[in-house]
This record gives sequence, structure tokens and C-alpha cells, in this order.
Amino acid sequence: MIETSSTRISRRFLRVWQRNLKVYKKSWKISFIPPFLEPLFYLIAFGVGMSGLVGEIHHQGSQISYVSFIAPALIGVSIMYNSFFETTYASFVRMYYQKTFDAMLATPLSLEEVITGEIVWGATKSLIATVIMMVVISFFGFIRFPEGFLLLPLAILGGIAFGSIGMFFSGIVANIEMFNLPVFLFITPMFLFSGTFFPIENLPHWAQQAALLLPLTHLTSLARAFSYGQIHLSMLWEIAYLLLFSIIFFPLAILKMRQRLIK
Amino acid sequence: MNPERGSGTRTYFSGQHIVKAENLLKKFDDFVAVNRISFQAKTGECFGILGPNGAGKTTTIRMVYGFSPMSGGSLKVFDLDIVTDWRQIKSRIGVCQQENSLDPDLTVLQNLEVFARYFNIPQKEARKKATGLLDFMALDHRLNAPVAELSGGMMRRLVLARSLINNPDLLILDEPTTGLDPQSRHQIWERLEALREQGISILMTTHYMEEASRLCDRLIIIDHGLILVEGKPGELIQQHVGKHVIEIAGPTQELRSFIQSTQFPYEDLGHRLIVYCEEREDLYQRITRDFCKEGCLMRMATLEDVFLKLTGRELRE
Repeated sequence: MIETSSTRISRRFLRVWQRNLKVYKKSWKISFIPPFLEPLFYLIAFGVGMSGLVGEIHHQGSQISYVSFIAPALIGVSIMYNSFFETTYASFVRMYYQKTFDAMLATPLSLEEVITGEIVWGATKSLIATVIMMVVISFFGFIRFPEGFLLLPLAILGGIAFGSIGMFFSGIVANIEMFNLPVFLFITPMFLFSGTFFPIENLPHWAQQAALLLPLTHLTSLARAFSYGQIHLSMLWEIAYLLLFSIIFFPLAILKMRQRLIK
Repeated sequence: MNPERGSGTRTYFSGQHIVKAENLLKKFDDFVAVNRISFQAKTGECFGILGPNGAGKTTTIRMVYGFSPMSGGSLKVFDLDIVTDWRQIKSRIGVCQQENSLDPDLTVLQNLEVFARYFNIPQKEARKKATGLLDFMALDHRLNAPVAELSGGMMRRLVLARSLINNPDLLILDEPTTGLDPQSRHQIWERLEALREQGISILMTTHYMEEASRLCDRLIIIDHGLILVEGKPGELIQQHVGKHVIEIAGPTQELRSFIQSTQFPYEDLGHRLIVYCEEREDLYQRITRDFCKEGCLMRMATLEDVFLKLTGRELRE
């Protein structure tokens, strides 16, 4: 492979990805516990505790149990969390405290490759979590296959989108405490109002319109469609919307990191 | 004590100048950190950049290793342009940054292996190279230790080992021994001297004059982004200070007047007089005989005298 200096993004970004994988593998036994236990806890709490109160849910013209309504949404939320928290807190620690990026930038790696490697790693964390959660949720019979396998590329797409957004915030926050702002103003509202725990149709009209702007709404909706095996063309718009976030925030993340690191 | 620099068939860069900087300029908004300086480091030599805090040393070498973009001028490393050929240049240099950038998530050996991947060095070769370098840096007994368990000196040696993983033609060191105890400093110096003998070129910054005198073939002293002097350490001392220095603690007014009358260059620090002189034993004898019995000493002039004379004695913070 010939790499000229003019290509700022080459396959070398995989070297950064490999570094993170190596560190992950050192503690995988601990790392895989949260995505394994989290859906279990939610399914028990909401399935056993709440479903008696909620009963069945109207979804796409059919009645489904409350647990099977929230199960795919948990995957959507997990895709968002894993990549967003990786490229915010974890990447920030590597960049700011550990000077890992500084060391990388003294090698043939470019800044673009370092940031790309980090975002792709964030998406990989989303993918790993999705696989583990799929195993648990399938065990309860809430995922229909083979359509369910579409959750895997969805994890990568959502992971890149939320990973890029996270990396953008890493480029602009003054210190690590400041991540509280995007978490409480952006991530937490999405967790609650993106059709995760109740259909957005339950919201007043204006709030429904607002919820449609949230990327997690579309990620959750796609996760549900893939889990139930209800594939239709209008989903292309939702995929396009997630792509749009990636296309906007990926270069923006690189721009902000460049301004932050390259002095 | 052999860091296994390849298999002996390796050829170093053979051009005359390994680094050529012309009118190198770096601005941060309105602040000019490096003010159109020009210097050339010859292939095979150790070239030093000295200066007080904030003089522009680190900014200069950061431009050389392609970390900071230049605001103006031109910069060639291995006769390649840093703007267009940065990737080729960076694959042939080794850098020891000032701040510790070792990977705390990895062990000693993993630090080198992961770093080798950034240079696309195959895994098997990387392992061999890494163990050789850790041997050379006397870290072979700590291969699997987490970085956090290492002492300051060991961490520095590991950073140095890491910077050699790609068999660099040019080693760039930003204050390689700052904060180390004397034993560790000497160990680093010995290793650097061993590397020099094998033909590696070095570009380094330091504010330890002893270090510069010992390691550098040639050096520049910079301040406020400008080069004050350039030359070999010995020549600079001879040129700017002379051979000897007499230091007088708590000089009397009589002694001050006497020194003034001798026409020797001197500095008056209030509680201390510093007189620069050639081989004039008689001056020293006269001072000790007629003016002060104690608190007066004559010593060889050092690079530190040159440095303080040129950059002044006020604190830089």
C-alpha cells in the first residue's frame, strides 16, 4: 500500500482502533458484563414490574406486550450510550490526561486517522454491546431472525453517528466535568423521549415533532423494525437521517479536534 | 549494549544536512513564538536548541517533527519538505516529547509493540525489536510491568526505547532528562552516546548546560524566538566568556572599584561579583591576597556562563 502524505486518512486509522481493542481485550471479562446485565435488569424491571400497570401497547396496528416493545429500544439506547460515552469520557481521558493522541501524532499517523480510529472504535463498542444484548434478548424470543441480523449494521451506523457527536463534544469542552451538559441536555432527554419507553404518539403534537428531530428516535424505530422483522421502504429516510448526523458531525469532530490539539 | 539497529545492512540518510530550517516562523495569534530563524543540523551530529523557558525551543522542534504547522518559512528534514512529505519524514524520525505520553493502559512491552504498529512494523519484527531495545535500555526485567509501576528514570528510558522502535535516522529529544535524578540522567546520556556512535543524528532541546556541553556537537541559544548565538560549546565559551570565571561572594566597595579599574568584563549581582578572565592567575591571587580571604573562587568557564550572560538572569516564568 502506497501512502502519500497528501492522503490525510488512510487505512492506518485501524492502528488506533487496534490499540483500543488491545486495551479492551485486557479487561473484556469486566467490559462485557454491563451490556449483558443491563438488558436483563430492564427486562425484569419493566417486564415483570411495569407490564402489569401498562398492559399491551399499540404498535404499527398490532397489540404487543410492553416488554417486547422496550426490548429493541434498549438496543438502540445501548448503541447510543456505548459510542457516545466512548468518544466523550474515554477519548477525553486518552487525549487530555494520558497524552495518547500526542504520542500518536509523533508517528506517521495523521490527526484525521487518530480521530477516525477513535470514532470507529466507539462504533465497535456499540457493535459489541449489541451482539451481547441480542443474545440475551433473543433468549426471551423478542428478536425475529434473520431480519434481526440487520441490528448489526445498524449498530455501526448509529455508533458512527453518536461517536462523531461525542467526539465533537470532546473537541470543545474545557474539562471533563463539562460533559455533564451534553449528557443532561441531549443524551438523557433522548433516552426518555425517543419512543423508547412509550410510543411518541402519546406525546402532544409539538413534542412529537420535536422527538422526530432526535436521532435516537430513528435509531430506536429502526431497531424495533429489525427486531420485529417489519421492513419497509420508509425506513430509508430514518437511515438517511442517521447518515446525515454522521456526515455533519464526523468532519466537525475532526475540525474541532484539530483546533484543540494542533497548535 | 546493542540496540539492534536493523540487521547491519541499514543505510542512514546520507545528505549533508538532516534538518534545514529557513526563516522559520511561528505565530500564535499576535504572539511571535519563533521569529524567522534559520539553522541547519548536519547529518550525524547532535544539534542542541537551548534557551530559557518560553524561548521557543519546544515550538521549534514541534514544527520539525510535523506536530505544529509553520506560520512561515521553509523546513526540510532528510531533504524532504515537512509540508508535503510529512508522513515519510515522520516514519523516519523518533520523538521523545517533554510530557510523559506512555500508554498507562498497557505494559512496558505492549507500549513498544502498539507503537510499532503505528509505523506499520510487522508484529514479529516489532516483538524482536522491542525486546532488543528494552534490553539496551536496561528494562528487560520489567517487560510485563504496567507503566504506572515504573520509576521516573525507567519511564524516560522507556520513552527513549519507544522512540527507537522504527530505527529512526533522526532522534528528536525535548528536554530528555528534565526531572531525573543524577544516576538516571547519566544512564540516559550513556545510551544517547552509544546511539551517536552508531550514526544516529540527534536534535535536542535542553536547559541543562552540562547536558548540552556533554552531548551537543553544535548548538544554538535562542531567546524570544530569535537565535542569539550558534556554534560548538567550547568555542562559544571561549568567545563569550573566556577561559576562567572568578566568583566573589559579598564584595566590598574597595574590591568593586579595583575590579572596575582592571577593565575585565564583570557582572555585579549586588551580593556577588562575577569576573570573566583569560588565564590570569595573578588577578585571582591579587584579589584573595588584598581583598578577601574567603568567599572567592576561580573556576573554568562553562556554557552556563555563556547562557546567563546572553539571556540575562531574571526569572522566566
